[in-house]
Amino acid sequence: MANIEKQRAILDFTLAALMRRKGKNAALLVVYTLVVAALASVMFLTKSIRSEAAAVLADAPELVVQRMMAGRHELIPVSYIEKIASIRGVKSVRGRLWGYYYDPVFGANYTLLVPQESPPEEGMVAVGQGVARSALAEVDNIMPFRTSQGALFTLTVGRVLPAGTELVSSDLILLSAGDFKTLFGIPDGMATDLVAEVSNLSEIPTIAAKIARLLPDTRPIARDEILRTYDAIFNWRSGILLAILSGALLAFFIFAWDKATGLSAEERREIGILKAIGWDVGDVLMMKLWEGAALSLTAFLTGVILAWLHVFAGGAALFVPVLKGWSVLYPSFHLTPSIDMMQLAVLFFLTVIPYTVATIVPCWRAATAAPDSVMRG
Amino acid sequence: MNLRASTIFATYTAVGLLLLAVIVIDSSSRSATDRQQLEERRALVKSLSLTDLVLFTDARYTRHPSMADRHTPFQDYPLSLEHFPSGSLIPPPPHVRYYGKH
Repeated sequence: MANIEKQRAILDFTLAALMRRKGKNAALLVVYTLVVAALASVMFLTKSIRSEAAAVLADAPELVVQRMMAGRHELIPVSYIEKIASIRGVKSVRGRLWGYYYDPVFGANYTLLVPQESPPEEGMVAVGQGVARSALAEVDNIMPFRTSQGALFTLTVGRVLPAGTELVSSDLILLSAGDFKTLFGIPDGMATDLVAEVSNLSEIPTIAAKIARLLPDTRPIARDEILRTYDAIFNWRSGILLAILSGALLAFFIFAWDKATGLSAEERREIGILKAIGWDVGDVLMMKLWEGAALSLTAFLTGVILAWLHVFAGGAALFVPVLKGWSVLYPSFHLTPSIDMMQLAVLFFLTVIPYTVATIVPCWRAATAAPDSVMRG
Repeated sequence: MNLRASTIFATYTAVGLLLLAVIVIDSSSRSATDRQQLEERRALVKSLSLTDLVLFTDARYTRHPSMADRHTPFQDYPLSLEHFPSGSLIPPPPHVRYYGKH
């Protein structure tokens, strides 16, 4: 009990000392909090996208087969379906019709896709929320397109896909196979790629190898590879964001190092006086430990909570301009929070511990010297 | 009543830790609306055989990164530099990087 009271007294003294240098410490606290908030926002956003991808794409096609020609993705003949279906272990194969359309009016790229199950009637389309927003399209509105021959081709919006599916459907336009072929001039007997279902999931690598051997101009992509793509997305090497953040982090470390390691003449005198009036080295070190902990813990807690609000309540608004790039059509981010203790622990050890430790070292040097020599400088 | 500075600090820290615990617990379980939306998304992915999330719509290899081929970072010719900002945000998928090595 006496020890708790002693620690409280030291903490009171430390906080009062911090308040004496209000401006300097407030600036440090604000910068520190913003650095933690920026780092935590990146961690929260990327982890949530990865978790969402793993949950949503668990039902992605088991095997996609693309045809390659001159290093590019080419249309695949539907006659390949029969060849792939003849491989033992393949349950079903079907062609997918999909492609991109650049809308010169709104400057947006759409993904056009023909659904296998219940496609829209001829002349009708179903559009994603992003398309509806960017092209100002509502149900019963007409959307103009240009065919591959340059002719005007209009389709009517039959429905808008649910807002909850935006993360996978924002830029989608679903249409009938006939309209798709008219629009792009795709010859009969061709598909964009093929999707295969297999009887036993563990046989996918073997079947993929057999497809590649049987049809050397094709490239099979397994569901595992799709999932791994999103597992590796936004990793620590993901370019520009890391470059920006590392600059900010380095600037902060220099600032914090300078603040924490270089004791001012005033602080040295303060330590000398404390020692002269009877504080021992342990008490002085404890005071400095509390100082570092108070600043860094406050910055950590506030920064993490700000990051949560930014990413999950504010739709990562500050990152959107970076993430958007040149995209005109962009999904609104309403991610499900996915945060674990591990992430918070990493952030804690990256931010709180180094600062707290950095404040101790110079203080220990000053605290172990004789009080009169410290006071004289 | 004059509160001691240590009491204010301890209260702030306790409230912060509590909020942190709420954040972690909240993210470990999806709400009914979240679960329903996830089911909707999964159903759409299954029925349309979708392969990618709509994160970027500027370049085809960032709209469908899992479907990208080995040549897409160079777009049109071997020395064509990356010019879409989204291309510098996401790395090439592992199966493209290690294609042919296993």
